[in-house]
Amino acid sequence: MNRGPKVARPEDVVVGNVSKKKLKVLLRLGKYMFQFRWGYLAALALSVLSNLLSLIGPKLSGRAIDAIGIRTGAVDFDAVIRYCLLMLAAYAVSSVMAYCLQIVMINLSRGIVRRMREDIFAKLMKMKVSYFHVTQTGDIISRISYDIDTINATLSTDLVQIASSVVTVVGSLVMMLSISPRLCLVFAVTVPLSILTTTKMANLFRPLFRARSGKLGELNGYAEECLSGQKTVRAYSEEPVMIERFAGRNKIAADAYFKADYYGTMVGPTVNFINNISLALVSVFGSLLFLAGGISIGDVSSFVLYSRKFSGPINEAANIINELQSAAAAAERVFRLLDEAEESPDVPDAFVFGKDGPVAGQVDAEAVNFGYTPERRVIHDLTLHVKPGMTAAIVGPTGAGKTTIISLLMRFYDPDTGEIRLDGQAIAEANRSSVRRSYTMVLQDTWLFSGTIADNIAYGSPRPVSRAQIEAAARAAGIDSFIRGLPDGYDTILTDEGVNISKGQKQLLTIARAMISDAPVLILDEATSNVDSMTEMRIQSAMTDLMANRTSFVIAHRLSTVRSADVIFVLQHGRVIEQGTHDELMAAGGFYYSLHSAQFVN
Amino acid sequence: MKHVLRYVRPFFGKMMLGFTFKFGGTIMDLFLPMLLSTIIDDIVPTGNRRNIYLAGLLMLVCSVLAIAGNITANRMAARVARDTTEKIRNDLFARISYLSARQLDAFTVPSLESRLTSDTYNIHQMVGMVQRLGVRAPCLLIGGVVITFLMEPVLTLVLIAVMPFIAVSVYLVTKRGIPLFNDQQVATDGMTRIVRENAQGIRIIKALGKEGAERDRFDDANRTLNRAEKRAALNMALSSPLMNLFLNFGLVAVIFVGALRVNSGLSETGKIIAFTSYFTIILNAVMSVTRIFIMSSRGIASANRIGEVLDTPMDMEPDPAYDAPAAPGSPKIEFDHVTFSYNGVKPDVEDLSFTLMPGQTLGIIGPTGAGKTTVIALLMRQYDVDSGAIRIDGRDVRSMPRDEIAKKFGAAFQNDFLFADTIRTNIDFGRGFSDEELLRAAEYAQASPVLEENGGLDFELAIKGANLSGGQKQRVILSRALAGDPEILVLDDSSSALDYATDARLRLALREHFRSKTTNLIVAQRISSILQSDLILVMEDGRITGRGTHEELLRTCPLYREISDSQMGGALLE
Repeated sequence: MNRGPKVARPEDVVVGNVSKKKLKVLLRLGKYMFQFRWGYLAALALSVLSNLLSLIGPKLSGRAIDAIGIRTGAVDFDAVIRYCLLMLAAYAVSSVMAYCLQIVMINLSRGIVRRMREDIFAKLMKMKVSYFHVTQTGDIISRISYDIDTINATLSTDLVQIASSVVTVVGSLVMMLSISPRLCLVFAVTVPLSILTTTKMANLFRPLFRARSGKLGELNGYAEECLSGQKTVRAYSEEPVMIERFAGRNKIAADAYFKADYYGTMVGPTVNFINNISLALVSVFGSLLFLAGGISIGDVSSFVLYSRKFSGPINEAANIINELQSAAAAAERVFRLLDEAEESPDVPDAFVFGKDGPVAGQVDAEAVNFGYTPERRVIHDLTLHVKPGMTAAIVGPTGAGKTTIISLLMRFYDPDTGEIRLDGQAIAEANRSSVRRSYTMVLQDTWLFSGTIADNIAYGSPRPVSRAQIEAAARAAGIDSFIRGLPDGYDTILTDEGVNISKGQKQLLTIARAMISDAPVLILDEATSNVDSMTEMRIQSAMTDLMANRTSFVIAHRLSTVRSADVIFVLQHGRVIEQGTHDELMAAGGFYYSLHSAQFVN
Repeated sequence: MKHVLRYVRPFFGKMMLGFTFKFGGTIMDLFLPMLLSTIIDDIVPTGNRRNIYLAGLLMLVCSVLAIAGNITANRMAARVARDTTEKIRNDLFARISYLSARQLDAFTVPSLESRLTSDTYNIHQMVGMVQRLGVRAPCLLIGGVVITFLMEPVLTLVLIAVMPFIAVSVYLVTKRGIPLFNDQQVATDGMTRIVRENAQGIRIIKALGKEGAERDRFDDANRTLNRAEKRAALNMALSSPLMNLFLNFGLVAVIFVGALRVNSGLSETGKIIAFTSYFTIILNAVMSVTRIFIMSSRGIASANRIGEVLDTPMDMEPDPAYDAPAAPGSPKIEFDHVTFSYNGVKPDVEDLSFTLMPGQTLGIIGPTGAGKTTVIALLMRQYDVDSGAIRIDGRDVRSMPRDEIAKKFGAAFQNDFLFADTIRTNIDFGRGFSDEELLRAAEYAQASPVLEENGGLDFELAIKGANLSGGQKQRVILSRALAGDPEILVLDDSSSALDYATDARLRLALREHFRSKTTNLIVAQRISSILQSDLILVMEDGRITGRGTHEELLRTCPLYREISDSQMGGALLE
């Protein structure tokens, strides 16, 4: 039952030199903030202004109290009313400013967060296909939602708070120095102490916050997996087992959260403790100084007041350090995703297919070797030549490497050795998306997105298409009458688990999607595996139309569909072991012949 | 909200203890200034250095007690927050696990996923924060009000007069906040949906060169979420300046009324001065209390979303109304004039009737969308029929508990699921079979080569079985269905990814080992898979349009003949 760690990912490896790494994370966060520097400046100005205004309040109230005087019946009401009105004005303006500050900050932080999400998603689009095979979707979602929310909490409040605190700290330090430089020596002990403790703690707790973000991501991944497999779980009534396993993971995640909290919440009280000690020291030494005649008692009391003001923001900063910790851990996860290997960039001056006239569709592979991992080669010495307009079939047992060949043709992966050419041009030296635009495909995997049926069909075309074209494609794919039977017709929204659409119908929609494309090379990877042969026959002429004038690659188990191919490649263990037309291969009496015969064995 | 309270209630004792520690810590913090004034006002004039050291030492003790109290309290709070959230999340997951197919369709997977994750984090934060702030602030607030009231009741009343304004604005901001936070979570669902779709369809997106279009789609969702987040945040942002404004205006009122009272000899200026300093304490306390309320609105919105799931009534419980004693010799499976529609618009299957005796095999064939998979979903009671009845062993499935139904079945579905776990776990699926049984199932399912190639039952599958080919995955799924010799074996188009040679061997194994005791129900597109069935149903548009054995159907059903000809090559059979 125990599920050990999955495929080891580079991110799990702890990299040395923590502080250097931390600096890098902060620098990158800083880069995002720098894009909004004017907003931050405005926020800073607003916060200083509104702080100053709120400092005027007590001064005015002092004047008002002076005007009241200390004797009965001697109140200067004119002055009292004047100062009261001034106070009202000062407080009102200060509140308005505080609100404006909030608005600015919300816009700033939301702006940054939105840009980060954009960046993550854009990155996902550039990622190698294999990334999605080794990463739980739930973990990606955790990064784009939970981790980014955590960063946002820091960006929106903490930073401005820190900035405005600096003003107070510097101000009170100056005042204290002017009162008694000797008493300030107390701070020479306690301030470094508190800085040292907090940074020390911060470094110690950093892995805990990292673990917290990581474990939550894993929990999300597991939740995603369970929800996706819900139907199977229900069929076997194995809910209790899944619930128990979930509880195990939940416990791990909750404990990781707790551990971060357990130590994280120590920082505030600890700094408070150091401040309390400095208060005690100031009291004792201040009193002793007074007794020695070095300072007046009034000075001692104002020094204490300023020291309170001085330690207040430092105290606050300690609490903020916690939030910065979790934000840093979250940012690390976000940046790690942004640093994942992308598909290699196009070579300089890459050839762009379709730029100088249409692509004819000549596909060649020359001595191609390939493995997903260096240890395990799955394609051996593949050579094939397919002329424009030809239909090539790839047949072979499951696991022989049929789908891998398609991935290589479309440049989802680059071969380890050998070369693949389209119209005689090596695709490794061509613009990747122009290679892919030259292909259209129908896969066994009937992926559709949540949107209207019309949008899903139109998705196949690189250009905007009219409703009439969409309907024509649907008609050709034999799905038009079904769509019209739906309450909203072509505007029916397909939801995640579109209950009213069977897998076969989904596949017909993907065929319609392919029909609307004008790419010169067509790939049918088990394109009709979910469609019964009745329907398949009905759409046969449409499929023929689809294949006419296109170079087509057909992968099918149903050998009847490959019989009419111009050339059939028979694949076993990643090698082409036979090739020729159906009749030639049957006559040869080899592997193809035996595969074909197996169809009729009962 | 009531849900959160219910989960927090068991921890009330612990929370009270934590509050006591927090209270103690807070009091110690408040003692320090008192000691300080004692030093300056009382000790220093006497010039007694020993007492100064003594008082300093006392301050140190208070500091130690304060740090100990606060840390202990914070840790206890963290523990309560953890336990509460863990329990809520477990219960939520359990409830989700038992949602019926229809209920799951209504909630949608991305929404359930974000309820299980980001909504539970919000609760965690709320529970933690309320505990950390919930003592100190009320202590200071009540303490401040009591002291001022003892000092000068009339002026305190002026300050208290401001409270209703504060209460009303807190109420309004919170009330507006909850739906706004709900919108925010709904928008999060939308973003989650797009990320999920992209992770699943990345090959097709790249193949069609639609990265740009997907970015646009994501940008839309991102913008919507961003707008919702901003609206919720701006609403919250209103509270703090508003509170400040009210309280400061209250202070001005205190000074003005104070001036009147001093003028008529009812009060002294010193009291007004003291009042203004206590006022600062009260102001800070009120701000903290409002922050708790306001911040809770996010937690409440999330709690409501979680509550929605928890409160969903159990669907499809065994209904005694359908409980009728089974007649001896009842058929294993009986469909009795069954009609059903997913969305209530147009029936997806209509007036289906057939019976199947124990040990018999039923084949279902028909065009895409004919309702073949629906028949299986109804038989396994994923959904309930609209009219008619389905009986297993003579008992209406609606009278049977779900796990009793499930125990009878081994099933492999069209788009079945593999977990990122060992092959063993995926085949065993919590049912506790011996290795011997598992290996036998794998052998029948033609999965032995898959095991050999990958080093046996303990081979770790990647996410969604991505390290196996389509055909290998299907064979592992078949092994799961065959393990433990089920009473009824359901194979819904579960050999589509197998090549013909493997498929032929699979059919042979099924015939040899799953014919006598097992009742089979096979949905297929290949005639060869159902050729030997005792009964074959040909379905079209949700209705049965042909029934009989292979030979009978070849004579009576033109559609069947057509399918057969297309697949087998008519010449071979003549």
